[in-house]
Amino acid sequence: MSGLSVAMTVNGQDRSLDVPVTQTLLETLRDQLALTGAKRGCNQGVCGACTVMVDGKPVRGCLSLTVNCDGAEVTTVEGLADGGALSGIQQAMADTNAVQCGFCTPGMLVSAFAFLREAKTPSVEEIQYALSGNLCRCSGYRKIIDAVQLAADRSAEVSS
Amino acid sequence: MNEANPFGGGVGTSIARPDIREKLTGRARYIADLSRPDMLHAAIVQSPVAHARIKGYETTAARAVPGVAAVLTGEDFPDGRMGAFIKDEHAIAKGKVRYLGEPVAVVAAESEAIARHAARLIEVDLEELPPVLTPEEALKEDSPAIHEGLEDYIKVFPAICNGNVASETEIGEGDVEAAWAGCDVVVEDEYETAPQAHLSIEPCGALAEIDEAGRVTLWSANQSVFRVQANVCESLKLPMSKLRCLTPKIGAGFGNKMEPHVQPLVVQLAIATGRPVKLILNRVEDFETVRHRHPFKIRCKTGATKDGTLVAREVEVLLDGGAYGDDSPGVLGYSLLMARGPYRIPNARCHGRLVYTNKMRFGAFRGFGNPQVAFAGETQIDEIAEKLGMDPLELRLKNMLRPGDRWFGGGEVASNGLAECAAQARRAARWGEAATDRSPGTVRRGRGIAFAAHISGLLGTGAIVRLLEDGSVVLNTGAVDIGQGSDTVLTQICASALKVPVEQVALASPDTDGSPYNWGTTASRVTYTTGRSVVAAAKKVEDAIKSHAGEILECAPHDLELRDGGKVGVKGVPDKEVSFIDVSLRAHWAAGGPIVANDSWVFNQPSVDPKRAVARGLPFPQIGVYSFGCVIADVAVDTVTGKAEVTEAWSAMDVGRAINPASVEGQIEGGFVQGMGFALMEELVWDGPRLVNPSMMDYKAPTFRDTPYALHSIIVEEPEPDGPFGAKGVGEIGLVPVPAAIANAIRNAVGIRPRKLPMTPERNLRSMLEADDAA
Repeated sequence: MSGLSVAMTVNGQDRSLDVPVTQTLLETLRDQLALTGAKRGCNQGVCGACTVMVDGKPVRGCLSLTVNCDGAEVTTVEGLADGGALSGIQQAMADTNAVQCGFCTPGMLVSAFAFLREAKTPSVEEIQYALSGNLCRCSGYRKIIDAVQLAADRSAEVSS
Repeated sequence: MNEANPFGGGVGTSIARPDIREKLTGRARYIADLSRPDMLHAAIVQSPVAHARIKGYETTAARAVPGVAAVLTGEDFPDGRMGAFIKDEHAIAKGKVRYLGEPVAVVAAESEAIARHAARLIEVDLEELPPVLTPEEALKEDSPAIHEGLEDYIKVFPAICNGNVASETEIGEGDVEAAWAGCDVVVEDEYETAPQAHLSIEPCGALAEIDEAGRVTLWSANQSVFRVQANVCESLKLPMSKLRCLTPKIGAGFGNKMEPHVQPLVVQLAIATGRPVKLILNRVEDFETVRHRHPFKIRCKTGATKDGTLVAREVEVLLDGGAYGDDSPGVLGYSLLMARGPYRIPNARCHGRLVYTNKMRFGAFRGFGNPQVAFAGETQIDEIAEKLGMDPLELRLKNMLRPGDRWFGGGEVASNGLAECAAQARRAARWGEAATDRSPGTVRRGRGIAFAAHISGLLGTGAIVRLLEDGSVVLNTGAVDIGQGSDTVLTQICASALKVPVEQVALASPDTDGSPYNWGTTASRVTYTTGRSVVAAAKKVEDAIKSHAGEILECAPHDLELRDGGKVGVKGVPDKEVSFIDVSLRAHWAAGGPIVANDSWVFNQPSVDPKRAVARGLPFPQIGVYSFGCVIADVAVDTVTGKAEVTEAWSAMDVGRAINPASVEGQIEGGFVQGMGFALMEELVWDGPRLVNPSMMDYKAPTFRDTPYALHSIIVEEPEPDGPFGAKGVGEIGLVPVPAAIANAIRNAVGIRPRKLPMTPERNLRSMLEADDAA
């Protein structure tokens, strides 16, 4: 299988890789870079467990080809915390007990993280719309919505 | 929400789970994230037909693919059979295939891509047999036998089986036949529920590694390392001492990881190759081969006198079990035990049959048959209320089991908070105040209610509590946390029992070598059964600590008390105390030996009292400890599209004692939404022998936008006398009454009476149009 060389920034680190043209970003992250945070739930873009950010936008790792990410800045769940300090949405998910099995959590966090950059005081409906591409089978969603609102509230407090 | 200190407290506080940072930072390792040096990857070959004899295999091309290490077919597997109730299942199809998609061969190779490529090159020579695709076909006398050897299979309960009937069970109390004559109102109908997929976001998988002595270590997505060990060893005819089972993090279970999936396959590949082998099912394979919730056909008849006193109920169920028994006989028996509902109905007979068909197996799924019969039973309570012109809640209150009443069959009920659940749900929802919406427009609103009960006492469990040299504690239970939070809850129970901060309690990961036996994370049982063992083992540690402290402080142990923070002191003398460190150092280095205690027990309350009830073919002779609940649901039904949506709901659940209230809420909320999916949208569909929607694209489950935010959890605490700190189970009950409450709400909104799940827009609309035509 022919490979192409790709250079990307992953969680702030420069990475140069040779990847097959058919390799998905999810495979590259998990199998080549040992970043196993993003999960393979359905491998067809439905469940959202593989969500990562490419140049700040949440994308499906399982539907993105790595060769299309040349020059891109990729952020995975492993890159959300700043050193030992959890990001606002991570801390909020802990505080609202929004995590059960945790398998959807990496994708959920990345989607919510990206959303919170745009939405400063999101309503319940806006959160439901923004996160509707991330399935969770454990929580019933309510505590995740609480987490997103808590993170937004705390962020507003800090900036006001 | 948490207290300020996330590690503040023991029982009754909503502390964060101990692995929360692992799960938030992407470091939590699930089965697909694990690897071992020199590891091979495996892929399965699936049968293209539903029912056939295997005449041979053509594997030459697959073996010739560079990078293929092993190709195993049914001929390469031992002739052992596994099964929780009936030992009817080989590790892989052997001699015969019994459903379309059944694994018939397995390949191990240097990469998953190579393994999958080679798997596609394998051909199986099959002599097709007529497939049996419905329970009704399976019951016909001339129906082809799916298991010719059924009579000779080992069964672990007094199974009544014959032909394609894998199991038949009956439970009866009173005299139903005579009772109908005394009823002023009788309702009788047929109900049907669809097969539901568990849809854990994590697909099933396993990783096995063999050592030089031939001993295998196995990691897998599971709900019980001990059931994994039993299933693999039975199917591969291995001594249990030759297999060690461990667990990574589990991406949820809901029942589908309780019994085997691919574990026996990777173990046999590891034995064949001498190398570590990992096999992770893709989503389609997971849908097609693991297991789903049983489709039920239910005939239910309920009678009452005109003052609203329930007199009799008769229930007949027919379960499609699929190709293998799995947990199905348990589901059948349990559904019958639940089918009378949490009511005083003096005359009840519940009978059912479980039949084999040429479909994939159906098995355990949150609720274990209870949601299906509750849908029928709780619908009929509403129908009787309607016929008598009574409020459906009042009718329920009039007939509900009260403290001291026994369960159907005669099992003792030690705690019963149903009345309080109903009272709190009624108050919170302002029952009776909400007027049914008859305003113009296409949307009609309605409200429904249902009651439920569910067990949490079942089978064997244990706990080992050790005091380390520095006075900190290690708890080892063998209970797998599948995401619901049992690691947190058991740690809290242990910490509170010994009055130490939770961060001083470490929890050992389940390991069949080192953990005490635990039947599994299933049946809502871990908090109650394992928690009880934790309390009992901690009590023995407390006794040992007091014995040492008595020597140190020169007093009698019964004059001593545990004090917060890992200390023990003389009652009434605040400054006379020693720390656990002093005690443990003495035990380790001077006298008595290191402090370690264990507790082990098996739930032993009889399910049925033979003086009150008759039972045949009962799969669980000992089951009990009842949680209770009440759900009120508001729906909006669009009369143009037929689509029903839940707009708000209240779920009040009696859990004995909420060890971790936020986790209890998580179970109630998650259970509600899974029940709502079962009620309104989730349905696996077969076209002939083929499952036509084995993907998340085609199988619809609730998303954020399908789910009401206004989902109110109400925790009721009616302590279970022998439960740990009074606790009993909550894992399943939150789902059980949901379909019935929603069905009753739809009736209230638009006047149709749903009798088939899921209540899709199409079905609702058709019923509405039929009602219009009839009018």
